[in-house]
Amino acid sequence: MSNLAKDAKKQSEPYDFVQIANSSKFKQLMSQKKRFLIPLTVFFLLFYFMLPILTSYTTFLNKPAIGSITWTWVYAFAQFIMTWVLCMIYVRKAIKFDHLAAEIVEETKLEGAKNE
Amino acid sequence: MNPIALMLFVIIVVITLIITYWAAKRTNTTSEFYTAGGGLTGWQNGLAIAGDYLSAASFLGIAGAIALTGFDGFFYSIGYLVAYLVVLYIVAEPLRNLGKYTIADMINARFDQKKVRGVAALSTITIVIFYMIAQLVGAGALIQLLLGIDYWLAVLIVGIMMTIYVLFGGMTATSWVQIIKAVLLMLGTVVISFLVLAKFNFNILTMFDEIKTLTPLGEKYINPGVKYTNSLDTISMMAALVLGTAGLPHILMRFFTVKDAKTARSSVVTATWVIGIFYILTIFLGFGAAAFVGAADIMEANSAGNMAAPLLAHALGGDFLMSFVSAVAFATILAVVAGLVLSGASAFAHDIYGQIIKKGKVTEKQQMKAARYASVAVAILSIILALFAQKMNVAFLVSLAFCVAASANLPVIIFTIYWKRFNTAGAITGVITGLVTALVLVAISPSVLNPDPGVAILTGTAIFPLTNPAIVSIPAGFLGAFIGTILSTKRDEKKYAEVIVKANTGMK
Repeated sequence: MSNLAKDAKKQSEPYDFVQIANSSKFKQLMSQKKRFLIPLTVFFLLFYFMLPILTSYTTFLNKPAIGSITWTWVYAFAQFIMTWVLCMIYVRKAIKFDHLAAEIVEETKLEGAKNE
Repeated sequence: MNPIALMLFVIIVVITLIITYWAAKRTNTTSEFYTAGGGLTGWQNGLAIAGDYLSAASFLGIAGAIALTGFDGFFYSIGYLVAYLVVLYIVAEPLRNLGKYTIADMINARFDQKKVRGVAALSTITIVIFYMIAQLVGAGALIQLLLGIDYWLAVLIVGIMMTIYVLFGGMTATSWVQIIKAVLLMLGTVVISFLVLAKFNFNILTMFDEIKTLTPLGEKYINPGVKYTNSLDTISMMAALVLGTAGLPHILMRFFTVKDAKTARSSVVTATWVIGIFYILTIFLGFGAAAFVGAADIMEANSAGNMAAPLLAHALGGDFLMSFVSAVAFATILAVVAGLVLSGASAFAHDIYGQIIKKGKVTEKQQMKAARYASVAVAILSIILALFAQKMNVAFLVSLAFCVAASANLPVIIFTIYWKRFNTAGAITGVITGLVTALVLVAISPSVLNPDPGVAILTGTAIFPLTNPAIVSIPAGFLGAFIGTILSTKRDEKKYAEVIVKANTGMK
């Protein structure tokens, strides 16, 4: 194929995205992502909003937990720990997503080369 | 004027100008101007995100709020940090994969329409203006207090500095100013926290025991409810904090400065560690100021408590430490406003001029020119607004910016990436509903209307009861996007296939 034709092809439609989106591997990537992201997002938002809800409508978190440190502070620190832990969990899980995504990109490119 | 403080201020000015000179030579193309050529590493961008995010409101505002109201002040620290989970889990990687310079780019990756870009640029500009006025007003007041110069001169100095960074050094200079600021801020905060802990024999339990007897609030100091007595308002504010960050244009723009989604991810991780450690340490700043400066003295210096951290530094380490902390606060302000100028300029020059007016048919040279003119224009406009807004409440302006970001930007960003049926009509109605609801509800809230003259901006009775409208305006933004979508028959599943593949694989 001449360079000119290649450029023209590149400009019009580099890949068939519908085909990739419907491929089993991409669907697998999306369902794995959903299974991971949705429950954890729901969890951290609930955990987050529970603190202002509990402190606004109840007072039981005002009881001391360790020495003078009350449960409110313990809960607040737990939010920090949660953020860091979920951050690390995400990074570890994302490596798996990266592998899968790289395979999809690789296969698409191979297929593109075959068609030329 | 304190000579050590003046010297440290001058050192910061000189160092940042040298960086700008160095960066100017690396800023020749539009991509270098807006995104430093996408060449930052993960840890560099992570520190820059922290530098962009931890504003004077965080450093001085939260330290003061904790010093004066105890646990209630710490609510901010929690919300500002957990927000990064929303950024990491939902927004960062797809945004990096789809966008180029602005949020509007990312939304336009799916809906290639001028109207969509226009409303996205409008909400970006609105957020940037509120945030910018807040920073400049805070900066003016602070430098006035620290150096004893007039408010207008202080605003002008900060304004000129931010213009120079952005105009000549673009994103490269801005990023390095933010990185240096993040390092200085962490250093200052760690030193003060260490000194505070030392006073309590390095025992946190002792600190909590003693703090209950050291403030006028007594036992109540360590319990919530001192400042926030309206339950719904507290929850509403917390919603704005946690969901707003993922819609802030100057923070999201930082994700375009790295080469791929993986690096965007690692920069959020670095940022989350730095920001998290900082916010934990705000406890020591606040408790320390409450214990060693005292509420009366803090209030006397500034009724909102903004001087708590510098006064604490003075109590612990004399003139030198206070000067250092003041210089850190100055660097903090500079780094944040530079980032804001850049994101405002990108909305004007790239979105409105380049893509809407010129329909993308602009040469590289014209784009650079537009970007530089826009930066100067944004800076001048902000300086003028800040000079007139001296009496505005800074915390109110910042919370308004977060509220608009969460209500107008976040719903549309999320639907663009995750909802197949979403369409152009939905994107437009989403942004507009979120934006208008947030602004109108604030305009009729107790923050603007108060029966006692002088307390709020206008005298009158508030129609909407909450000071922060997020709990209504965020759902309104989502609902607006949803209704707009289903009322229009338009759908483009082919385009969505492209967006979802690109967003999740980084394919170009």
